[in-house]
Amino acid sequence: MRFMMIMIPGGYEKASPGTMPDPERVAEMMKYNDELRKAGVLLALDGLHPPSTGVRVSFKGGMPAVKDGPFAEAKEVVGGYWLIQVKSKEEAVEWAKRCPASDNEVIEVRQVHDFPGD
Amino acid sequence: MISPAIEAVWRIESARVIAGVARIVRDLGLAEDLANDALIAALEQWPTEGIPRNPGAWLMAIARRRAIDLLRWNKRTERKHQEYGWNSSAIAEDYVANLNSRMDDEIGDDLLRLIFTACHPVLSTEARVALTLRLLGGLSTAEIARAFLSSEPAIAQRIVRAKRTLAEASVPFEAPRGLELTARLASVLEVIYLIFNEGYTAAAGDDWLRPALCDDALRLGRILAELASSEPEVHGLVALMEIQSSRSRARIGPSGEPILLLEQNRGLWDQLLIRRGLASLERAERLAANRGPYTLQAAIASCHACAVTADETDWRRIVGLYADLAAISPSPVVDLNRAVAVSMAYGPSAGLELIDQLCSDHRLIGYHLLPSVRGDLLAKLGRANEAVSEFARAASMTRNTRERDLLLDRARRLSESPRL
Repeated sequence: MRFMMIMIPGGYEKASPGTMPDPERVAEMMKYNDELRKAGVLLALDGLHPPSTGVRVSFKGGMPAVKDGPFAEAKEVVGGYWLIQVKSKEEAVEWAKRCPASDNEVIEVRQVHDFPGD
Repeated sequence: MISPAIEAVWRIESARVIAGVARIVRDLGLAEDLANDALIAALEQWPTEGIPRNPGAWLMAIARRRAIDLLRWNKRTERKHQEYGWNSSAIAEDYVANLNSRMDDEIGDDLLRLIFTACHPVLSTEARVALTLRLLGGLSTAEIARAFLSSEPAIAQRIVRAKRTLAEASVPFEAPRGLELTARLASVLEVIYLIFNEGYTAAAGDDWLRPALCDDALRLGRILAELASSEPEVHGLVALMEIQSSRSRARIGPSGEPILLLEQNRGLWDQLLIRRGLASLERAERLAANRGPYTLQAAIASCHACAVTADETDWRRIVGLYADLAAISPSPVVDLNRAVAVSMAYGPSAGLELIDQLCSDHRLIGYHLLPSVRGDLLAKLGRANEAVSEFARAASMTRNTRERDLLLDRARRLSESPRL
């Protein structure tokens, strides 16, 4: 089964464009990514620029409306994700627990649908 | 009953714990027992005290402590170590001193040793497969039995015997080096690909596909690709498995019937796995002066993966790759596949000519794909009657019920309307 571990960094909704995590944290995360890779569970991962450089497209009334970031209404935003292939939900949770995340970060673990379009 | 959370930890850690302990006791059976002791300790303590912050280190520490105790007191092990000329208490002290300073690299080395020992040529292929799934894949005996349509006692027996064989043959807990590594690696790759194929094209039984086994094989392959990253064929095998896996949801129809490659809905192919496969293939090709058999098969698979529609397949390139493959690892099955590629590139009669040469090869007697392919080419050439009997013959040869149905269905449709 595939799971996405979604990183939700507190405060990222207000981060200014070009905000980068500090190098020490990056090194720690790379070590964690290596651990996932060495265990043969990592399929993909990415880190996202802050929402202040993003765009939201909404569809109220069936018409796409485009709005530039930052988004005042957003309380939690995605900072990045890992896509992993594991045997159970518990294993996915166990991997999430091992992330060297900081105090203000949350990882949401969600199962990926097996058959997109089904 | 093990709680799912503890089971998950065990799934992640068991191979590393077994490998770490095997390095101390130099006996796989003993190492597995000691690792199990650590699991039992965890089952006693964790439900009340909670899962520790670093459960892997916790399990490893318990198992190592038991191993070291055993080394100090167990006469049998003592004798064994004397035979090797080791001073076990010095090893033990060394380990205690280094418990916390050991680097990840060393755990990696231990895992590699475990893989090579479990896939040692002194063992039968069946034994290697069972031992690898058990010790490295973390599968229970029951899971292995289910996967291979065998009984639990039979698999348990096979594993016990395999461990005994390793002990009796005094197989050292070592990863080979240099030229020997390349030779021994072939045995490891064979085991992983066998596990994959058992899942991908179930040889017997009612299901065409057992995806859990494919995932287990892929996980083992990806682990090995990290541990032996300079070996091109490891990446070749991973590439092959990633690309083949990318098609798994397109290979089965709504009622479980197999769908052949050229008839698959390519929109269902998993692009992520294709990308991963192509990246591994590139890595393999970069590392190797001459492409090995897995890399060549991956290259063939990539020709299909990169064709947006079946009509756009570069069959001439595939013919060339099969010729390269036949040159380095000749087999009648490769020749059969080459004949199919030739028929696609240069027409059915060119393919049939090659197939007819293969019909006299005694190694293909009983191989259902030969009459199946021959039937297909005959049908394309309008020789319906001959095609029908070939499909019927193929159906009588396969042990997979889904595949048999598919072949009988083709024979029936063709005899009803021979022009199809």
